Amino acid sequence: MTISVLAIDDSRTMRDMITLALKGEGFELHLAEDGQHGLDVLAGISPDVIITDINMPRLDGFGFISAVREGAHCQRAPILVLTTESSPDLKARARDAGATGWIVKPFAQDKLIRALRMVSG
Amino acid sequence: MSDPMQEIRASFFIECEELLEGLFDALQAMADGTADSETINVAFRAVHSIKGGAGAFALDDLVAFAHHFETAMDDLRSSRINADDALIGLFFRCGDTLSDLVRAARDETPPDPDLISPIAEELRCVIARTEASADLPTEPAVSFKPMSLDLGGLGDLEDLHNVGEQDQPVDKDAVTLPLDESRCLRIRFRPDLELYSSGNEPLFLLRALADLGPCDVALEFDAPADFDDACRPFARLSWTILVTTNVDIAAVSEIFEFVEGLCALEVSVVGQDAPVSQVPRQEVVAIQNPIKVDKALESPVDTVGVSEPIPLSPPTAKPPPPDQAGSADARPATESAPTVRVSLERIDRLVNLVGELVINQSMLSQSVLQAKLPSNSAIDTGLEEFLQLTRDIQESVMMIRAQPVKSLFQRMSRIVRETSSAVGKDVRLVTEGENTEIDKTAIERLADPLTHMIRNSVDHGLETVAGREAAGKTATGEIRLSASHRSGRVIIEISDDGAGINRERVLATAIKKGLVASDATLADGDIDQLLFLPGFSTAAEVSNLSGRGVGMDVVKSAITALGGKISITSTQGVGTNFSISLPLTLAVLDGMVIGVENETLVVPLTAIGETLTLAASDIRQLGANTSVVCVRDVFVPLLDLGFELGYRPVRANYENAIALLITQEDGRRAALVVDSIEDQRQVVIKGLQDSYGHVPGVAAATILGDGQIALILDPADLIANAKGQSRGAAMLKKAG
Repeated sequence: MTISVLAIDDSRTMRDMITLALKGEGFELHLAEDGQHGLDVLAGISPDVIITDINMPRLDGFGFISAVREGAHCQRAPILVLTTESSPDLKARARDAGATGWIVKPFAQDKLIRALRMVSG
Repeated sequence: MSDPMQEIRASFFIECEELLEGLFDALQAMADGTADSETINVAFRAVHSIKGGAGAFALDDLVAFAHHFETAMDDLRSSRINADDALIGLFFRCGDTLSDLVRAARDETPPDPDLISPIAEELRCVIARTEASADLPTEPAVSFKPMSLDLGGLGDLEDLHNVGEQDQPVDKDAVTLPLDESRCLRIRFRPDLELYSSGNEPLFLLRALADLGPCDVALEFDAPADFDDACRPFARLSWTILVTTNVDIAAVSEIFEFVEGLCALEVSVVGQDAPVSQVPRQEVVAIQNPIKVDKALESPVDTVGVSEPIPLSPPTAKPPPPDQAGSADARPATESAPTVRVSLERIDRLVNLVGELVINQSMLSQSVLQAKLPSNSAIDTGLEEFLQLTRDIQESVMMIRAQPVKSLFQRMSRIVRETSSAVGKDVRLVTEGENTEIDKTAIERLADPLTHMIRNSVDHGLETVAGREAAGKTATGEIRLSASHRSGRVIIEISDDGAGINRERVLATAIKKGLVASDATLADGDIDQLLFLPGFSTAAEVSNLSGRGVGMDVVKSAITALGGKISITSTQGVGTNFSISLPLTLAVLDGMVIGVENETLVVPLTAIGETLTLAASDIRQLGANTSVVCVRDVFVPLLDLGFELGYRPVRANYENAIALLITQEDGRRAALVVDSIEDQRQVVIKGLQDSYGHVPGVAAATILGDGQIALILDPADLIANAKGQSRGAAMLKKAG
């Protein structure tokens, strides 16, 4: 079964890395470049899981997650946060905003895939 | 295609350049006092993204430095430190170091530790100050490590338990049971309400557990005590799972990683007396969420084995307001248009092909012309459209290669910072027209000459602080770097508000070096031109900055090689201005096709001011080989192109001859006598440098419509090397 993923990161390198990691692994990938763009893209799709960066222009990751959780579309979708540090503080903030889990950058491919499969069932 | 990781790596470095550009823009805005709340975020994100990408490629030096930088910037962002001049200065230098590290990583050369350590140390001091002053348990910067290692196991739990005790070694063996043995694990899992709203799904967790080995799952349901109780939002489901597996407890922890704090979890090995979570500290797997545990409903599963409940989030914590959501509207949209990345090689191929197309088109035009078709024939009209299309295609293709000069200017701001601090001057660089576009190759090849000129301006152009004050100027010197489009060319100007050129000293030096005769009387403009002579250096003592054995003559030839011109104007006590004029593209030029002694030549149209038909009354003979022509009351030296190129002896009579009036960048003029003007058209430049080196007076060659090869002349060079010119010029001076 193909898992549909929306990945949001303002860094092209990160988007490329995610694309490469998920290529040929049974994922359908949608990309967005910041939180606002992510909301725009999300309006047209219903992904099984969302990955989002935190530090982004226009609308950051926390803002994006809050907007999804407070919105009507994909309100309960699992959202994984991409963080650089695995600092407890950041995780707590992400969770407060409504994140499902987190991926620590740089991520190992298998770890990313495992996490995506896990939260999307 | 090559290794995809290599491609991403290459694109990462391109992205780094863009991020660095954004970083320096933001820093500049902070320095200028034009920063708003978003500016620091932009700067922070730039460094953060560089760090993130660098981590993926295990560029440890880059990651470590970016982390320090980012931490300091975060301190500024959260107002733990103040944005004073010293800090902004430090950030600028950090940006420079970061650029160095990015380039070192890109070129796979080891970075120079001597350059990085001091500045990293300065950053550390800044960060340490805030840590000392604030009582916050900030994560020590040194604790960051790239997490490319496998994150399985208790890594994150360790984080939770070791806050503030980062140095404590973690003995993983303490929790690892022998792997080769199957054992039965009992997992008690009771989700809190928050688990459901976080997007986690108990079913998926149970499925993941089932992947570890055969499972026996029992669901427990807390029946509500009464109707009121049933109405209360409370998670009433819990599970006890017995899984037979040979994996260790870490694998189980990993499955429940995302729900730590959102559930009561207890893992134990069946057959051992106590749950694993009660033995040493690192083995604690059960995390209790202390929120909303209703005493009346507290079940045994809830608290067993919790040694130190760590609330992940205080119950009162509200979701943080999206800190940039509000500013999104206020900020002007800076969204860039979508882009496609194409290798330069492909573009160059396209440029070449378009060049061939232009040649082909002109050959076709010529054939049609020779066929002597009626002027309103269909072929003629079609050809006209073809011509227009070719020109449009050509322009579009040239636009692909064009890039804003911004990156170049930003490099210069670094040169100003470094040079000014080295010579102890206070200098401000003002840039204008950063979005002016010019051919990419030109941008690359301008870096060295501009660097040299900027160094010169800081080192020699501007006075010392004391000197400025004595002259009644502000202590801070100003260097202005601007780019603009002017009549089909790009003009780059570098001006300073320094003392201007000391012409006496320049002349004295030139005389001493034998570059001009000792009794020569030269106009101010001519003296300024001496700076461009090979082997000229005015610096009283060669400083280690600008005097690196590279003179302005090298600058000039670099500019000339790009089809550009450089001129200088200076006013004593007010400042000096260098103006560089460059063609928009390096591949095609508008040329005038001329004939001399049955040879066909091309003169760049930009060099030609006007064309003249010489009248006998306007011509004055100044010597055997020298004539001048009077153009609107000003005498201009006449140069016979046939003679200058060695096609024929100097001509005796210039009456009714056709001349091209060439105006040089410095305003000096000369009239080039030609036999005929054939055409005016675009020609594709084919370099001669690779095959013939520099040929005096010749810039390049081209292929004309009839397949004939024609030389493209370099009028400035031609005039400078003219056989009769120096005498002519000197005599003109005398004449008036």
